[in-house]
Amino acid sequence: MMDSDLSPQDKKDLDKFIKFFALKTVQVIVQARLGEKVCTRSLSSPTGSDWFNLAIKDIPEVTHEAKKALSGQLPGIGRSMCVEISLKTSEGDSMELETWCLEMNEKCDKDIKVSYTVYNRLSLLLKSLLAITRVTPAYKLSRKQGHDYVILYRIYFGEVQLTGLGEGFQTVRVGVVGTPIGTITLSCAYRTNLAFMSTRQFERTAPIMGIIIDHFVERPFGNMGHMRPCNYRAPGEDEGAYNGVEDSQEVCTTSFSTSPPSQVRMSPLSKVDLCNMCNFRGGVHGEMGIPGKEGGVPQQVPVQPCHGAQAEHGRVSSCPPADHVPATPSKTLSRSIEVKGVSPCDVLETTFTRKVGAFVNKPGTQVTTASLDLPFAAFAPRAYDLEENDPMVQPPESPATSSPLQGSLHSQGSGESGGPAQDDFVMVDFKPAFSKDDLLPMDLGTFYREFQNPPQLASLTIDVSSQSMAEDLDSLPEKLAVYEKNIDEFDAFVDTLQ
Amino acid sequence: MNCRSEALEVSVEGRQVDEAMLALLHTILLHRSTGKFHYKKEGTYSIGTVGTQDIDCDFIDFSFVRVSSDELDRAIRKAVGEFKDAMGNGMDGMGQISLEFYQKKKSRWPFSDECIPWEVWSIKVNVVNLANEQERQICREKVGEKLGEKVINIVEVINRHEYLPKMPTQSEVDNVFDTSLKDVQPYLYKITFQITDTLGSSVSTTMRRLIKDTLAL
Repeated sequence: MMDSDLSPQDKKDLDKFIKFFALKTVQVIVQARLGEKVCTRSLSSPTGSDWFNLAIKDIPEVTHEAKKALSGQLPGIGRSMCVEISLKTSEGDSMELETWCLEMNEKCDKDIKVSYTVYNRLSLLLKSLLAITRVTPAYKLSRKQGHDYVILYRIYFGEVQLTGLGEGFQTVRVGVVGTPIGTITLSCAYRTNLAFMSTRQFERTAPIMGIIIDHFVERPFGNMGHMRPCNYRAPGEDEGAYNGVEDSQEVCTTSFSTSPPSQVRMSPLSKVDLCNMCNFRGGVHGEMGIPGKEGGVPQQVPVQPCHGAQAEHGRVSSCPPADHVPATPSKTLSRSIEVKGVSPCDVLETTFTRKVGAFVNKPGTQVTTASLDLPFAAFAPRAYDLEENDPMVQPPESPATSSPLQGSLHSQGSGESGGPAQDDFVMVDFKPAFSKDDLLPMDLGTFYREFQNPPQLASLTIDVSSQSMAEDLDSLPEKLAVYEKNIDEFDAFVDTLQ
Repeated sequence: MNCRSEALEVSVEGRQVDEAMLALLHTILLHRSTGKFHYKKEGTYSIGTVGTQDIDCDFIDFSFVRVSSDELDRAIRKAVGEFKDAMGNGMDGMGQISLEFYQKKKSRWPFSDECIPWEVWSIKVNVVNLANEQERQICREKVGEKLGEKVINIVEVINRHEYLPKMPTQSEVDNVFDTSLKDVQPYLYKITFQITDTLGSSVSTTMRRLIKDTLAL
């Protein structure tokens, strides 16, 4: 680390920037996997506590975990800070989804201004991180977490471990910032093979640190061991900063079927140094610079106690919970990880009762899905449900007579005027009860018979149509010539339409 | 100084145009906006805080982050709305919307101030018509993936840390930044667009050709 050319003040500032950048990076990543939309307000006046001029809330538990993982060290060459995001199902199976790596390489930029250019570029990098965290596949999964699965995170320091991401994982580089002591790089390696397999034959993963649970969702997973919930609590709640997990939780009872078996990669936990949390004092909060110069040179910066872990939650507003999540849940989920939550009803026989129609005298009958394999089985005739009693076949008796339509179509079942049900058709005088009209010679029955057999239209007869076709063809060239002569008018008309 | 020019291209359904454009333009503006500058004595200044907001698209399987500024959002939506109106409703077509960041250079009277672009983002849009709901569902997902790729492209360009205007003095801040907004301060920008139809020619020419072809039969 060639920092001999760096002034002590610059070195101190740079260390602070890197430390708080690391903490804010963890916050952005974890908050993006909480499962809800994030919303912070812009403030025209600086408050002095928003690092990198960005409104990023600090969840105390997350800061605590991050500081625990860093244990007083800073990300540097050969010392990377990683945030691992994984998915854990209610059955206890887990799968790593992505690993975010904050690394430093040896490429130094000696001429860069620490307190302005580096600071601004780190701010830009955080904005890029905000954008990219919504683009990787784990984002959609995290938005749909709940009873079937939850999203977990783990922070570790040291060597990057990507073996848990399966074959063919992709890497996206968020960005780089050159500094006098090395180049900071931020990247994400994410799993592409999201097929989830049954892991009964494999050893279960050891519980890993940190749970991200939507605080509007009941906690379905019990026996978390030493895992910590990292719910973001609203300001004003009088709770300790680092509450432990409620061990006595109900185990999720929702049953579901897994897709074809896949191999679960076990991610060996790196040795996490559980040192005491470090206390940090001091910090550059506002941005002070002399404008007009390239990069600007900071003036005397007011040094304030760093309250990274206890940022002012009160002034940051949260958006209401997301009431719209893109994508059809079942399709996307099945395509991605193929773990579906299926209610017990889907595997058991479903019993339902056919609804009683408004004019049906008989009560509805109960049928079971097991006995029905037709799409509209409810309306299919059954042995125990006689057709003559089925309201869909036999209309209910009208108060006076049967419907006239029925009488004109068939001879059978025509109410009081109908004859016995026979194979042969029998002509029956149709006497509609309400159609007598002394004014007109035609009665309703005659009208019905005539309108059902109307004469064909004259223009649709073959002779007529063939005659007109021939005439049309003969006149076509004349018409086209006229149209071409008037083409300017047509063009003008078309222009008016545009 | 040469203007940096970046091109993006997306194919979307008609009803996805708004959201696709908003997603990309807001992603760019997130990186090209700062907090409000507050100049103090001795030529120093402090910078306000930029908040961010997650936005879920209704017609695309996609979410994006934008600056928490209703004023800025309204301005972008207005421009995107004009672009979409110009593209027409439900018609196949192509268009291009450009987001240009520029600096103003004061000129002496009688010449007006010069606008010198330093970064131009051109987004080409192909609008397609889909026949049925199944195709639309596939389009939702595909366009979401494509927009994700474009966001990664944008971030990659931004993080090259190429030319950015120098931080201005108080008297020159309006030459570099748009200071009209209450809560944030984007670099000076303008949004323009142009439309072409799929045939690439006027409708009347096509009609003339059609009639002539018929007579030739």
